[in-house]
Amino acid sequence: METKVDITNEKIDLLYAEMEKHKQKSGPLMPTLHSAQRIFGCIPIEIQKIISKELDISVARINGVVTFYGHFSVVPKGKNIISVCLGTACYVKGSGGILDTVSHELKISVGETTDDGLFTLEGTRCIGACGLAPVFMINGEVYGNASVQMVKDIIAKYKT
Amino acid sequence: MLDRMHILICGGPDCKDKSIPIRDAFKANIKKHHLENEVSAVITGCFGLCALGPHILIYPGEILYSGVSEENIQEIFEEHVMKNNPVERLLYRGKFDRMKLKNRSELTFFAQQERIVLRNCGTINPLDINEYIGRDGYMALAKVLTEMTPEEVISEVKKSGLRGRGGGGFPTGLKWEFAKKSISDEKYVVCNADEGDPGAFMDRAVLEGDPHTVLEAMAICGYAIGSHTGYIYIRAEYPVAVERLEIAIGQAKKLGLLGKNIFESGFDFDIEIRLGAGAFVCGEETALMASIEGERGMPRKKPPFPAVKGLFGKPTNVNNVETFANIPPIFLKGADWFKSIGTEKSSGTKVFALGGKIANTGLLEVPMGTTLREVIFDIGGGIPNNKKFKAVQTGGPSGGCITEEMLDTPIDFDNLIALGSMMGSGGMIVMDEDTCMVDVARFYLEFTVDESCGKCTPCREGTKRMLDILNRICQGRGNLDDLNILERLARIIKNSSLCGLGQTAPNPVLSTLKYFKDEYIAHVTDKVCPAGVCSKLTKYVILDNCIGCTKCAKNCPVGAITGNVKEKHKINSKLCTKCGVCKSICPVEAISTKPEKWRAIYAKAN
Repeated sequence: METKVDITNEKIDLLYAEMEKHKQKSGPLMPTLHSAQRIFGCIPIEIQKIISKELDISVARINGVVTFYGHFSVVPKGKNIISVCLGTACYVKGSGGILDTVSHELKISVGETTDDGLFTLEGTRCIGACGLAPVFMINGEVYGNASVQMVKDIIAKYKT
Repeated sequence: MLDRMHILICGGPDCKDKSIPIRDAFKANIKKHHLENEVSAVITGCFGLCALGPHILIYPGEILYSGVSEENIQEIFEEHVMKNNPVERLLYRGKFDRMKLKNRSELTFFAQQERIVLRNCGTINPLDINEYIGRDGYMALAKVLTEMTPEEVISEVKKSGLRGRGGGGFPTGLKWEFAKKSISDEKYVVCNADEGDPGAFMDRAVLEGDPHTVLEAMAICGYAIGSHTGYIYIRAEYPVAVERLEIAIGQAKKLGLLGKNIFESGFDFDIEIRLGAGAFVCGEETALMASIEGERGMPRKKPPFPAVKGLFGKPTNVNNVETFANIPPIFLKGADWFKSIGTEKSSGTKVFALGGKIANTGLLEVPMGTTLREVIFDIGGGIPNNKKFKAVQTGGPSGGCITEEMLDTPIDFDNLIALGSMMGSGGMIVMDEDTCMVDVARFYLEFTVDESCGKCTPCREGTKRMLDILNRICQGRGNLDDLNILERLARIIKNSSLCGLGQTAPNPVLSTLKYFKDEYIAHVTDKVCPAGVCSKLTKYVILDNCIGCTKCAKNCPVGAITGNVKEKHKINSKLCTKCGVCKSICPVEAISTKPEKWRAIYAKAN
């Protein structure tokens, strides 16, 4: 289940460079966390400690902020991220059934990653593609007018 | 130089993946025929007709094609562009404009609209500031900076009667005046682009289709209240909008329309983008400011109001995207013109995102005072598949459901509140007989439980308890007393939460309890789900209109369906896992999950 976080020196240098830019602004923490999430794919405690030292904010406070926002995560996500839109327009058109199907097919619930690290399942908020409802995304690619059968077929494709 | 022919391609959220290959195909054809000086093809913002995209609009003539693909481009180019002979087969056909060649503004979907906020969406290339300037862009800012005092600016906005489009409906001019009156060395203008209401995407459309209008309005606001710094707080889920805003800010700075000494007036104004991080509560203005400051997005007590003590402790004016988009037209055409549109207490227009069980899913802008019936049945084209309309939900997780009897109510801020719902940001989700109202209430509550920041106990714990009860009801374990407990909890949460999220979180439950009590009672006493949605309370059956195509039997993963070819099939409910595959593939909708009694009620209503 544990997928390893890839923390290399190059990536850490990149984070320092970004922090240098953000420090010029007022309220540098959120932009810094966005950079860290982008660079490492998650913000584990080691990274939070680095940010703490550089921005002079306690780790406790940083951890509080990281865990508050849905966009940041402390553990790495799977190779393929399946996000089922749970906006209202999608929901009344059956995205609940789509989510159940994915959950059943991959044997994981929302927010979890499969044992092989291949898939993470997310229930995402409205992505504003309501005309195509119900919608789900795999790695950012949008699949519209989804049906139970369609999501089964597509997952099968990603499994191979 | 004016081209002979303009080809506009919709690049709205639903169309954008397909619009790039379409534009490239046009460009390739233009190059092949050496028409670079005569014909242009650009991607614009959202046209609004999202259900039928992608769209192409060709000038002159305003000819609209919809549902086109890359393969059709060759034909459209050769016939329409080269021979001026529109390809009738591919033209947009609305429910009420069948087989007729009309220009866009005559089509039913557009004819009843009044586009102020969306005036440039789908008309200009959002990546080119010159196209915005060509449509009087930055003229309002020029007028304000060179001819008006800050006091005059505020009085004009007050006179227009513009009210905040983010949900609350607070008079914008008053808000500006409060910020102006606060004395401080520094003030901030904040654009709230954290559009979190599920089912609302008008702010996204404006930011992607016409980013400069927001920048211009923010600068006007800055001049009025005495601020030199603006922040746009935008959802991280809208990467395209972020990119276009960044490009727009860069272009505006290059031309001196943002930055130092704008229009030689001595007024400086800069705008910075800040990304949200997936917290719905950050749409609340005090939580939003906490988030920009690098804190958990938790609302703060008011007063002090942001106009006195806001971002970084300085006076701050927060408006939402749609509100700002109304500002430049007010200064170009005058407050009296704006006031003449809409109703007495709600002037101007409102953009709605129509979604759910409706033919024309998409974005539309109508004058305040238009009735819900006009929006849903005329512009929206009604309910598809001959289903019966059940309710329309407005105001997202803070709003409520409106039933058929109330559809003739003119839409404005106050009328919707009187109906137990609210304007909210303008999401309008249409529900038909296949939507379970108890499940919808449960869905919204699940959302607020997830999004409650945890600061106030009634919201944090109370919504959770309400959700527990609703879950129980949907699983057939509820009783009549649960309905009373729900109502009591709802009242307590509404009265004792600090911010708008908690104060309105119980609304979806209260309004469904009020108007659809029969469905709740069916769940708790008859233990059935009238709409056939709550899986614990439903049974899959095959109706008499089965044509015996065997498709369901072949696809059933557990082999629960049997029957001979061309004969009615049967489902063995002992084996059925209610996965829904059969229902989703049946070509004649012969598989039903509704209980017999309710099937008869709906059939009669149709």
